[in-house]
Amino acid sequence: MTWLTAPLAYGFMQRGFVAAVMVGVLCAVIGCYVVLRSMAFIGDAMAHSILPGVAVAYLLKGNLLLGALVAALAVALGIGLFSRPSAVKEDTAIGILFAAALSLGVALISTIRTYAVDLTHILFGNVLGVSTSDLVLTGLLGGGVLLALLVLYRPMLVATFDPVLAATLRLPGRLLRTLLLVLLAVTIVVSMQTVGVGLVAAMLVTPGATAYLLARRLPRMMAWAALIGALSSVCGLYLSFYLNVASGAAIVLVATAMFMLAYLLAPDKGLVFEHLRARRAVTRDECDSDEGH
Amino acid sequence: MQSTDFDQTLSPEEPARLELDKVSVAYGQRQALCDISIHIPHGQCVAVVGPNGAGKSTLFKALVGLLPVQSGTILIHGRPLGHHRDCVAYVPQRDEVDWGFPLTVRDVVVMGRYGRRGWLRGPTKTDRKAVDESLELMGITELAERPIGELSGGQQQRVFVARALAQNPHILLMDEPFTGVDAASRESILRVLDQMHRQEVTVLISTHDLNLASSRFEHVLVLNKRVIAYGSPAEVFTPQTLHAAFGGQALMLGDHLVAVDQCCPPERGGMIQ
Repeated sequence: MTWLTAPLAYGFMQRGFVAAVMVGVLCAVIGCYVVLRSMAFIGDAMAHSILPGVAVAYLLKGNLLLGALVAALAVALGIGLFSRPSAVKEDTAIGILFAAALSLGVALISTIRTYAVDLTHILFGNVLGVSTSDLVLTGLLGGGVLLALLVLYRPMLVATFDPVLAATLRLPGRLLRTLLLVLLAVTIVVSMQTVGVGLVAAMLVTPGATAYLLARRLPRMMAWAALIGALSSVCGLYLSFYLNVASGAAIVLVATAMFMLAYLLAPDKGLVFEHLRARRAVTRDECDSDEGH
Repeated sequence: MQSTDFDQTLSPEEPARLELDKVSVAYGQRQALCDISIHIPHGQCVAVVGPNGAGKSTLFKALVGLLPVQSGTILIHGRPLGHHRDCVAYVPQRDEVDWGFPLTVRDVVVMGRYGRRGWLRGPTKTDRKAVDESLELMGITELAERPIGELSGGQQQRVFVARALAQNPHILLMDEPFTGVDAASRESILRVLDQMHRQEVTVLISTHDLNLASSRFEHVLVLNKRVIAYGSPAEVFTPQTLHAAFGGQALMLGDHLVAVDQCCPPERGGMIQ
């Protein structure tokens, strides 16, 4: 069992585990809404759009997290504005904005001498470089997002499932949507250091999608997603330690493997189960027609 | 509380509880409803009929404030829209939500109680009782813990109606509740109409089934962007009004008038000649 405990001898690995699990759980829980509202593209776009904020903070020698947060909030509110019917469809508008923001970020970062290393860390994360103060900040922001989701559970559920009912109950649908985007922005910024802006979308969508296949009610779906997110983070970090691969990528690959398993084997919604059910139905039909003759 | 004396309920002295005065609604450039003026007394049960695109759904959406009214006024209990939180319940067409959503039947019906008390508090004893009664009334108590994704179309419709009942509405709007549902679901929805009538709830139902409208409803509103006719089935179902509403879809066969209404777009449904 020493292979399990060996990585924990290092302080940077301990902090990495804590950070990865926190981010894994946070992304997975808010990710359930991302999956149910079909917001995967928005999540990805927002993640890439925070790059210029990070770059400016870096150039000004300010706090990277703060720069990212400002940029992410600006993007969240910007998307909120674009969500009203206009000349351009929403996904087109987001596509334009996010590509522009990503380019601006890369252009700014390319003026820095250690360009390649810094860009890699921002894009793909550097979970092993997490400091104790980073951990505290991650815990506070992540805890805040989870608390907000808990308090807003009922209105968010109704606004997600049935916007028409939400409107007849006089729920502020646009405000809730913007609020969700803001919470998403905070989540993405918190995840930047662990999995990077390039892979955070996967952590938002993959555990949520896996949980969707396994659960029949939203609270259970969120619990499954959190478990899958945490497990992916832990397994991914072990893989990263022993195989010497990038940590963010390892975490996402583990999460993807879990999704594939659920896609095949999930009760009710899995491929194997559906196949069996279809076969059973066919057999029954044949029996019925035999009886008819 | 429950009055079985219909005549008293529908007496002309009763003040109109749902009043529309010259209401017009438009989607962008396209005019969907023009100058709709009707007074529907408290506790009346009205079938809303008209061809596709006549503005039936639009009327309902305007009544719950989902669509802005371009001009005119809508008064409920004599007060303009916006003063009513719970008193209007709307049962939308089934295809407007994602039935793959991870929810049970009970979860959906409980949503009907959400607007009542603060959003942060869990369901109270009264809420649970209202939900149980609604499930019972729609005959779906045994489906309560089932995921909504496993339901048939008729069962889905009954869940939506149960949720609206849990809202304890004064006015109940149902958009095409009989389209594509099985006989059992149809009967349980019709049973609810009788129950609503006894509880003096005003009900508006849009339907393509003109037979149903004339046989099971005391009042019919014929709509085609404007109010073509409004009254008892005998008053409303005349060759003139049907021709005005359905145009080419109204058919004269000897002395009999046949209106061929269809729930499907013409390219799929086709007209039965």
